Amino acid sequence: MKKEISRREFVKTSGALVVCFSTASFIDPFAIAQGPFDTHMSHVDPEKLDSWLAVASDGTVTAYTGKCDFGQGMFTVQTQLVAEELCVSINKVKLIQCDTSVTPDQGTTSGSQSTPTNFNARNLAQAAATAREALVGMAAQKLGVPADQLTIENGVVSAKSGRHVRYGELIGDKHFDITVSPSAKRRSPSEWKVLGKPVPSMDRVALMTGTFEFVHNVQVPGMVHGRVVRPPEIGATVANVDEKSVQHVPGLIKVVVRNNFVGVVAEKQWQAAQAAKVLKVTWKPGPALPAQKDFYDYMRKLPSREVMLVNSNDVESRLKSASRVLKATYVHPYQAHGSMGSSCAVADVQEHYATVWSATQSVYPTQHGVSALTGLPPDSVRVIFVRGSGCYGLNAADTVSYDAALLSQAVHRPVRVQLTRQDEFISENYGSACVIAQQAGVDASGTIDVWDCETWSVSFGGRPGYERPGNVIAGMLAGFDPETITPRTAVEPTGELRNGSNAVPSYVAGCITGKCGGTGSIRSERVLTHAVKSPFFTGPLRSPLRLQNTFAHECFMDEISAYVKADPVAYRLQHLRETRMIDVVKAVAKAANWDDRPSPKHDHARTGTVTGRGIACVAYEGDNGYAALVAEVEVDQASARVQPRRFVVAQDCGPISNPDGLRNQIEGGVLQGTSRALGEEITWDDRKVTSTDWQSYNTLPLGIEVPVLEIVLIDRPAARANGAGETAITLAAAAIGNAIFDATGARIREVPFTSGRVKAALSLCTGMSK
Amino acid sequence: MMGAISLKVNGHVHTVDVDPETPLLYVLNDELHMRGPKFGCGLAQCGACAVIIRGQTVRSCVVPVGAVKQQEVTTLEGLGTPEKPHAIQQAFIDEGATQCGFCLSGVILTAKALLDENPKASDDQIRDAMSSVLCRCFAHVRIMRAIKRYQRGRA
Repeated sequence: MKKEISRREFVKTSGALVVCFSTASFIDPFAIAQGPFDTHMSHVDPEKLDSWLAVASDGTVTAYTGKCDFGQGMFTVQTQLVAEELCVSINKVKLIQCDTSVTPDQGTTSGSQSTPTNFNARNLAQAAATAREALVGMAAQKLGVPADQLTIENGVVSAKSGRHVRYGELIGDKHFDITVSPSAKRRSPSEWKVLGKPVPSMDRVALMTGTFEFVHNVQVPGMVHGRVVRPPEIGATVANVDEKSVQHVPGLIKVVVRNNFVGVVAEKQWQAAQAAKVLKVTWKPGPALPAQKDFYDYMRKLPSREVMLVNSNDVESRLKSASRVLKATYVHPYQAHGSMGSSCAVADVQEHYATVWSATQSVYPTQHGVSALTGLPPDSVRVIFVRGSGCYGLNAADTVSYDAALLSQAVHRPVRVQLTRQDEFISENYGSACVIAQQAGVDASGTIDVWDCETWSVSFGGRPGYERPGNVIAGMLAGFDPETITPRTAVEPTGELRNGSNAVPSYVAGCITGKCGGTGSIRSERVLTHAVKSPFFTGPLRSPLRLQNTFAHECFMDEISAYVKADPVAYRLQHLRETRMIDVVKAVAKAANWDDRPSPKHDHARTGTVTGRGIACVAYEGDNGYAALVAEVEVDQASARVQPRRFVVAQDCGPISNPDGLRNQIEGGVLQGTSRALGEEITWDDRKVTSTDWQSYNTLPLGIEVPVLEIVLIDRPAARANGAGETAITLAAAAIGNAIFDATGARIREVPFTSGRVKAALSLCTGMSK
Repeated sequence: MMGAISLKVNGHVHTVDVDPETPLLYVLNDELHMRGPKFGCGLAQCGACAVIIRGQTVRSCVVPVGAVKQQEVTTLEGLGTPEKPHAIQQAFIDEGATQCGFCLSGVILTAKALLDENPKASDDQIRDAMSSVLCRCFAHVRIMRAIKRYQRGRA
């Protein structure tokens, strides 16, 4: 019985990230779709220490993790963790990542949950601590010395007398045969020798010399090449496939049609590409798309699934009695993951088993998806993670794994599928478009008395999880239904405050039946979210909805502070209660040498190039890491071009496991956030997506004038370990938008801040001010 | 359509039996098992597939292998080895200038081609050369530091 409970506990902690990396609106359906997690337990029992660790007779430690590295540094930092807990150097640790045949099922690597899951007192960290205690216990017996009188140095356990024994002699190649002990003592950050140090990423030499194996490089004997032929528009269905149209293509093995899934397989990649290009498919058109220019209004009119996250039930009356009410609506577009490498996978589906080499974030869920697609039992499907290019969430790694499985099953040979850039851009699971409507009332003293926020996000498909292969395009085309929205009216919130992907602003108290879980002080509060059906596939994109919501909250906070003529930093501090939030705001202001005054600059010129500074801060999902960002920008008022000149970030993610990896994530996050703020937007016409390559989808290239980036890290050794990869990116759009306002007096409430939108805002503000 | 094509890559001559219209990238990856150049966009827009031919970076995803003829092709793995990296690779290693690393052929080879031709390239010229190269992890800060480190080192 006990075992069952702790198993469930394990899976809950692993499974929690599904919730955390999805939108507020996804929470309930995912909980249902995932079902009781323990029905999906793998054969690798996480209760057993041997599922996590093995020590060979030469002292080498092999560790198994269900959290994998996409370039965000999880490989290096988990290796550090195991080395630290076992008191060995990192070159003695061999880390095996995400392989359904050997690693524990830790769900999906996402949602800034890898560090919380594996670095706190459970899972990988606790397993490594258990192993160290077990080895010391064995050494104590062997040496006849009490355990507390032994010391460990690089895998050698020694007594004061000088007698010693090596790990390899104690356990070498044998099973521990014990369970992971919840009471095994973790090494304290004050003792750390490997963790907490700026260990450079362990893959860098292989990457720089072109020898690193990506999933794109996987080659297996007998492998042939597949390409897919996607419908030109979401919802189009196959009317006819003219196989004769490709009969002349050399090397063609097969045209594969299953429901609306169409693909080709050929001996060589170029032949498959040619066949996919010339194959004549007649598609029955899907439904027309809503007009992009009216899309945000359209979203608000759709039937929605509502969630009331917090409601003090006095918002209307407080707004009526406020000395001034401010209102503003912010909108954010669909954006693409836009991975550098178009996605790729290799599958070998045979009669009784299948192997898939995949860059998925979710090997176990993908095992179940491939099982559903091929009809093989899940246990007969092995999914092996091989890194792809940076994914930033649910890119097309899952769908291309399905593509490869479908094609391989049809030809009984291993098939490698390379998606094209266009395949991926037209049908990936985009980051959600959002509308966020805000209103707030201030009292006579200029303090915010009431905050009312209503959000709309779009949803269709998403992470496939264990039971929804239709949540990505290949699964849907093959005949599986995607998750969609069931409209529902909100009920009053109960229990713990749910942060709802940062739909809850940092400045409200977050009180539910007297218990206040928010980070702010505003007691009159209401947050209502709506999820509506998306015409396109959607899915988690780095800081999903947290980024969109934070853009709206942090810009609105800025608007209010400008109205009451308060300094934006001081005004934030006035409404925050959470110490860690207060500390990052103070730290960033100090490091940036913050110019303490209200925005906008009162003497800014109306022409030429002007400069301004803006701030934004966030408690990621309420309590998973804290950051504040100051942006300094230049705005050329003639061309309406925005040029960030300097960013200063303060970040607190609890105990810092690897300061170099953390800085790398912050640097990349702020600049990726800048690209998303200034240019990135999915576009479409009445039938299809029109942003299909790097010319029609804007991204900042390497040749930009890179702004100065300064980082203040706040280390909290005693706190829980938090995620760190999605915190800084969450702030870029808001801080830049606030800096543009400071420089020009123009408020831009729509991402991205294209020169057209900046120009429009500039002319509006000139008109108003004169 | 197939035919034996002779190709000199990283100092070695290879003969491959492929359609001469096949993009050079597919030959490097599928026939010669090279991991340096990568399929990014297939449209010569991102740089992930870059190789050096006659001192210039070339987007191998759009160059037919038949057009390469006798010109030597240098890929990222042709610069140096993990044991003995080229100076520019070493500069990138020292700066830890990457996240996922998928962009590195475009990044490193473009910078190398520029600085080989113009060792005193100004920051503007470096930016200009890198304006057609993407890094979607946005490791820009470290990448620019690594390029400058290499430039200083070769002066």
